[in-house]
Amino acid sequence: MEQFSLTLPSDALPQNIASATLCGVVSSGNLEILVEPAAASDACRIVVNTSAHGFRDIWEAVLKDFARRHSVGGLSLSINDAGATPAVVSLRLDQAFETCRGELA
Amino acid sequence: MNAPDISEKRWDTLARSRAARLARAGHLATGCIVSADDIVQLLEAVIEPGDRVCIEGNNQKQADFLARSLVKTDPSRLRDLHLVQSVLALPEHIDLIERGQVSRIDFSFSGPQAARLARLVESRKIAIGAIHTYLELFARYFVDLTPRVALIAAQAADREGNLYTGPNTEDTPAIVEATTFKGGIVIAQVNEIVDKLPRVDIPADWVDFVVKAPTPHYIEPLFTRDPAQITEIQVLMGMIAIKGLYAEYGIKRLNHGIGFDTAAIELLLPTYAADLGLKGKICTHWALNPHPTLIPAIEAGFVESVHSFGSEVGMERYTAARPDVFFTGADGSMRSNRAFCQAAGHYACDLFIGSTLQIDLHGNSSTATKGRIAGFGGAPNMGADARGRRHASPAWLRAGREGRGDIAMPRGQKLVVQIVETFREHMEPAFVERLDAWELAATANMELPPVMIYGEDLTHIITEEGIANLLLCRTPQEREQAIRGVAGYTPVGMARDLRMVENLRDRGIIRRPEDMGIRKSDATRDLLAARSVKDLVYASGGLYDPPRQFRNW
Repeated sequence: MEQFSLTLPSDALPQNIASATLCGVVSSGNLEILVEPAAASDACRIVVNTSAHGFRDIWEAVLKDFARRHSVGGLSLSINDAGATPAVVSLRLDQAFETCRGELA
Repeated sequence: MNAPDISEKRWDTLARSRAARLARAGHLATGCIVSADDIVQLLEAVIEPGDRVCIEGNNQKQADFLARSLVKTDPSRLRDLHLVQSVLALPEHIDLIERGQVSRIDFSFSGPQAARLARLVESRKIAIGAIHTYLELFARYFVDLTPRVALIAAQAADREGNLYTGPNTEDTPAIVEATTFKGGIVIAQVNEIVDKLPRVDIPADWVDFVVKAPTPHYIEPLFTRDPAQITEIQVLMGMIAIKGLYAEYGIKRLNHGIGFDTAAIELLLPTYAADLGLKGKICTHWALNPHPTLIPAIEAGFVESVHSFGSEVGMERYTAARPDVFFTGADGSMRSNRAFCQAAGHYACDLFIGSTLQIDLHGNSSTATKGRIAGFGGAPNMGADARGRRHASPAWLRAGREGRGDIAMPRGQKLVVQIVETFREHMEPAFVERLDAWELAATANMELPPVMIYGEDLTHIITEEGIANLLLCRTPQEREQAIRGVAGYTPVGMARDLRMVENLRDRGIIRRPEDMGIRKSDATRDLLAARSVKDLVYASGGLYDPPRQFRNW
């Protein structure tokens, strides 16, 4: 297992989310993302647990693009990864964001 | 005036050689029928050192009994053979080379034997003439690679030697036509000998010998893709293909590769494409094997016509029950023909889409990787602009306008699309600075790196990041950045020029899913018209009979 965390600047979500959202499953080539409210509204805090070693540069690039693409300030993301490709990670991140935004609306 | 001396010149050496071979073998046959016990003797009687020999086999049916028998022949008698055949797929094909009976090979595809073949080439045990496309190899059968002896496979024969190939006609007509009309010898293995055939696919006077094989010829179910294995990324890329490409260009006539990416597109037609109002507007006419994953689209009335290279195991009853869609004989079973279907895919389709292992910065793509000489089969004929084409269609004309701009002479272009996830399994990037094909060409002493689709023919790349439209690129730099721009987080993608890529996006050369109105949250497996092989059986009304390895219920 490899674990690391990042705090990425991002525009604040329009309003706070009330509860936690879970997206995806931990199975081979897949991952789960838990989205929860966080204290700081101008940053997104992300903790990554991954079974694949040596891909931290790619993780950071994928996560920075995510925080740039969406206003995710005020969110805390916990990721449990079982060897997903960057394509799957991006898709799950976008799905998690769309789900939690949908619950706001 | 002296007339040239022509008295010594003989014009029938092929016929005399053929007669001598037949005379040597005569005692082994009753009529044209030879016992399986005598087949090795027959091969030794009719094949001579240095002969060009075709052992029929494609990635589907195989003349496997004849291949096994050839390996049992005396290597001191049958040597220096030149194999001219579509595939080197059976272990026996390579065994023949290892036994020193083959000095040269010209072929198209070697999938399962790719690693063994590469080792033999590197150790100089064999010379490769060329790795052809199917149509190219068939063409050379009629010019400079005509077989002296063809070993073919059919479903059944009658006692006269007429052959019934059933749905898996495949390469047989092309091989037999070239061999028999140039003084060659045709030997057919059949599964059964019957009094009356359901239909005649190859007439008896084109066939010299028939042997009933101890076991039915092998057929690989190569085109069966289990919907259960289709990923959400493949669903997303399928949505991109349908909305961003098929709908945009109005693609009606097309060919699909055999991967899961294109299987996903087939399964999205009755759902996603139908919801977009595209029924009857896209994907009506196909050059395609009878893919089980096309069943839901056929049942939904999307598909008007399918012509096939070969058949697919388990699809026999389904194709027979849909004669309006598939090409079928008077006996009710499908007839395939690889040569004609390749021609159809090349000339009569507006789009080819398939997957690959590597794409470089020029858009060249290859499935050749280090230590594997795999070949390409049919993809290069479909995945190439048909320069000889002279009939117009809206999709072809639009691609031509995009690619050539407004020039004096109107001319279209085929859409040639590669669809890949940016990383394959084990985080192998699909985008590379340099294809492994170069290194393979160097180690194997090949004149050409084995490229499946040339960059100059490639018009679009689809990844989970969106579509790159290479037709609209006006400079080599734009083209390179368009490719980097959809290469995601691969090293090639990370090295993109961010500003240039954003400029390409503004101009519609790169289109992201959101630019096409595609919501990623819609990309779930629920969108597939079938999510398992069992679903496909249901969709076919029980007519599809999947091979055992695809049955898990």
